[in-house]
Formats: sequence, C-alpha cells, structure tokens
Amino acid sequence: MQIDAIFLHIGVVLIKKSEMNALCKTLCDFWDSSIGKKLIVAVTGVMLVGFLIAHMAGNLLIFQGRESLNDYAYFLHHFLHGMGIWLFRVGLIVAFVLHIVATVSLTRQNRAARSEKYAHEATSRASLSSRYMIWSGLTVIAFVIFHLLHFTVRIDPDLASMKDPMDPSRHDAYGMVIAGFQNPVVVLFYIISISFLCSHLSHGIASIFQTLGFNSKKTRDPFHKLGLVISVVLWLGFLSIPFLALFDLIGDGEKDAPVPMEASVNTELLFRC
Amino acid sequence: MNLTLKVWRQEGPSESGHIKTHEAEGIPEEASFLEMLDIVNERIIIDGGEPILFDHDCREGICGSCSLTINGVPHSKDTGITTCQVHMRRYRDGDTIWIEPFRARAFPILKDLVVDRSAFDRIIASGGYISVRTGAAPDANATPVEFEDATDSFNSAACIGCGACVAACKNASAMLFVGAKANHLNLLPQGAPEKDQRTLAMVRTMDGEGFGNCTNQYECEAVCPKEISSDVIAKLNRDYAAASAREAVD
Repeated sequence: MQIDAIFLHIGVVLIKKSEMNALCKTLCDFWDSSIGKKLIVAVTGVMLVGFLIAHMAGNLLIFQGRESLNDYAYFLHHFLHGMGIWLFRVGLIVAFVLHIVATVSLTRQNRAARSEKYAHEATSRASLSSRYMIWSGLTVIAFVIFHLLHFTVRIDPDLASMKDPMDPSRHDAYGMVIAGFQNPVVVLFYIISISFLCSHLSHGIASIFQTLGFNSKKTRDPFHKLGLVISVVLWLGFLSIPFLALFDLIGDGEKDAPVPMEASVNTELLFRC
Repeated sequence: MNLTLKVWRQEGPSESGHIKTHEAEGIPEEASFLEMLDIVNERIIIDGGEPILFDHDCREGICGSCSLTINGVPHSKDTGITTCQVHMRRYRDGDTIWIEPFRARAFPILKDLVVDRSAFDRIIASGGYISVRTGAAPDANATPVEFEDATDSFNSAACIGCGACVAACKNASAMLFVGAKANHLNLLPQGAPEKDQRTLAMVRTMDGEGFGNCTNQYECEAVCPKEISSDVIAKLNRDYAAASAREAVD
C-alpha cells in the first residue's frame, strides 16, 4: 500500500512537472517571439501610461493648496496600513523593468535585421518620435532615477526634513515641491525630460492599440489622435507645476521661512468666517 | 535625358559591395525604369564590362519579381506601383538616382541588385496553405462568406510577395507580408480550422529567418505596390495572442 502511495505521489509530481514544463515552454516561446515580446511591451505600456495619468491627476492637487496635496501624500503612504503604496511600487517596477528589457532586446534584434544600411536613406511616413523611441526611453530612465532621488528618496536633507505647518507630525509634500523647483537648472531638466517622455508617448500610446490588435481602418485615426491628446495633456499637466513654482505663481512664498502654524490656522478661520 | 546613376555593385554573396557611378545618357522619357537599366547594361556589355544584375519578370506589376530601392524608397516614391511600372518621365534631365538592393539580413544579396527572397517562400510553406480533400471544385456559393471578410481577405490576397515592406521597414520586419498572407486565409471558413496553427507557425518561421520587429511606423504600408493596409498587422497581433493563449491552455 505504502509503495503504491509513493508511486502515486511520484506520478502526481511527474505530471505536475510536465505540465509546468509545458507552461514554461509556452511562456519562453511567447517571450522569444517578436509579437509576444511586443505584447509585453504594450501591456506594460498600458500600466505605465495609467500610472502617469494618475500621477499627474494627483500632482495637480497642488493647485488646491497645501492641505489637499499633503492629505493626498499622507493617504498614499498610509492606505492599507502603508502596504498599498508598496503594492503599487512593486507592480510599477516589474512593468518598468519588463518594458525596458523587452524594448532593448527588440531594438537589438531590429538593428541586426538591417545590418547594412542604405547609402541613400529615405523616410516616407515614420514620425520623428517613432524613430527615436529608444533614445527618448533611455532619457526617461535617467529622469526617473533623478526624480526618485529628488522627491521620493529625498537625498536633499532640506527637502526631507520639511514638516507640514498645520500638522508637524507629517511631511510637507507641498512645501517640498515648491522648494524643489526653485532651481532653474532642475526645472530645465524636468522640461527636457518630460518633453522626451511625451514624445515617447505620442508614438507609444497609438502603438499600444496596434500591438494589442485593436486597430482597424475605422479606429486607427481616432486612436492615433487619442495618443497625441493624452501626450499633450500630460505634458501640460506635469510641466505646469515646476514652471509655475519657479516663477512663484504657486505657493505662498514661505519656502525659505515656513509659515507659523498659528498664522495658517488663523487664515483658515478667516476663510470660514 | 541624361542621368547619373549611383548603383550598388557587389560581385557575389560573400563579397563586399560598393556604390558605383554610371552615366545614363540619352535615355528616352517614355522608357520604363527597367528599360533604362537595359539600355545602360547594353552599353556596359559593348564596353566589355559586367552588366548591372537586377530581378524582373512580368514587367506589368503583378509577379513581384522586380525589386530595387530607388532614392531610398522601394519601388520608388510613386505609390501603388512596382519598379517595372516606374517611368523615366518621372525624372528630370540631370537627376542623380540612387539604386540599391532591398536591404535586410533575411534577404542576402546574391549579386548587385539581386537578393534572395526565399525566406518568404519558407514562411508560406510553414502555414500559407489550407488542407482540403481533393475532388471536383465546390459550387461557387456553397460556403457562405461575410462580405466584409471576403473583401478583407481578397485585399490581403493581393500581396505579390515582392518584399518592399521588408526593404522599407526601418527594422526590416516582414509583418505586413506575414499579416497579409495569414489574414488572407484566416478570414475565410476554408482557412479557419488551421488558423491558430498557421498563425503560430508563420510568425515563428518569420522570427527564425532573422526579420526585425514591427515598430508601428507604417513605412511598409507607404511603399506596398498593392497598398495593403497595416490593419493586417493589428489582426495578426490579435490572432497570435489568441493562438498563444489557446496553445498554453492545451
């Protein structure tokens, strides 16, 4: 009986292993195929564009004032007992890494496929954005590293130590953003990087629909225009903040000397009256 | 008219090639592009040189034999035609014309402007067929086909397999060709039973031949002499995703 049971157990394990092998083979074939890898780029692209839209919408809360943005920042760091943001971060990192690894691999294959260039090269309809996707993408990687060190890791101790004047127990995201964009060189870097990002998206978003197979003669133009509209809206939304902060058109001029808590409470009371 | 030709000359598959300048003098306006090359070649032969080798057959735009990248564009900048239908009246006296082969790693150059496009044949052999019982031809309307499907399938079937899509693509991708050939059969009831098998096999063969990947720039569509729409690529992407998913479940 016991020996039978052992054999049965081994049999079950073997079946499972063979099923696992079949699944692994399918996944490997999918990754190795041109269309499979492009589908991965498209799906991760959807996730990254979704993140960008949500990120921009959250950022725009800065125009509602300190309390709104700081409430939002507090919520992000504390929902699901602080686990929520890490779930998002892990998902984003996986999408970001897969997107980069797949596109770099595809680009290398593409270059190998046209090993000898034309002596007289001509382009019929490929947009400039579409021809420099790898370079705009690599610029975005450099920007993301800088941006994370700037506002997420906060390597600048002045930015890291800012406290909300209305609730000193929490970080002052609002003051940090205003103070972080007082340096024209930083603002210029943001403008260049976001412009590259939006150039990347102007081709990338329309490509998502083609790669996922949603395009037809009726839908191709609307999807192309949708990609352009989303890119322009993201460009305006993201860059409005550093641009307006640099020229003191947002914020209340307190970045050098934080407003005392009483003053802001008094202002709030005034508004209530 | 007098023209200056900058032509790719290459002795053989393993030799390295180069651009050579040939003067084409006294070319009549009514000559076709290939006739212009014939005239130049006759003079080269009289002078004891090696004529410029190029592919051609029907010379009426239906066989898909002629190739040539003219001034950087396969089949020239004129749309919806093959090289054999290009006429010299499109050029002006004194023009310089660059003539190169279709460039792709999957299309190795055999000599001068002649490339080996048999990779396309291997893609067709892997899935571009339907399995049917032999016998008398069935009645014309015995198998009903939706009008839209019949039209799309017919438009895809217009592909003559010339390879201009690969030559024009910045990545030398064959997606327009494979999309057209797969779509042609996948849309019809006769092609339905082998749809998944066909899609997977043709894409895998395409990848194995060393073509590049589609980056949705639609250069292929711009040069296709049969004006096949890149919608066939979207459809191929969709069919491939569905076929892969079904293969994983099985």
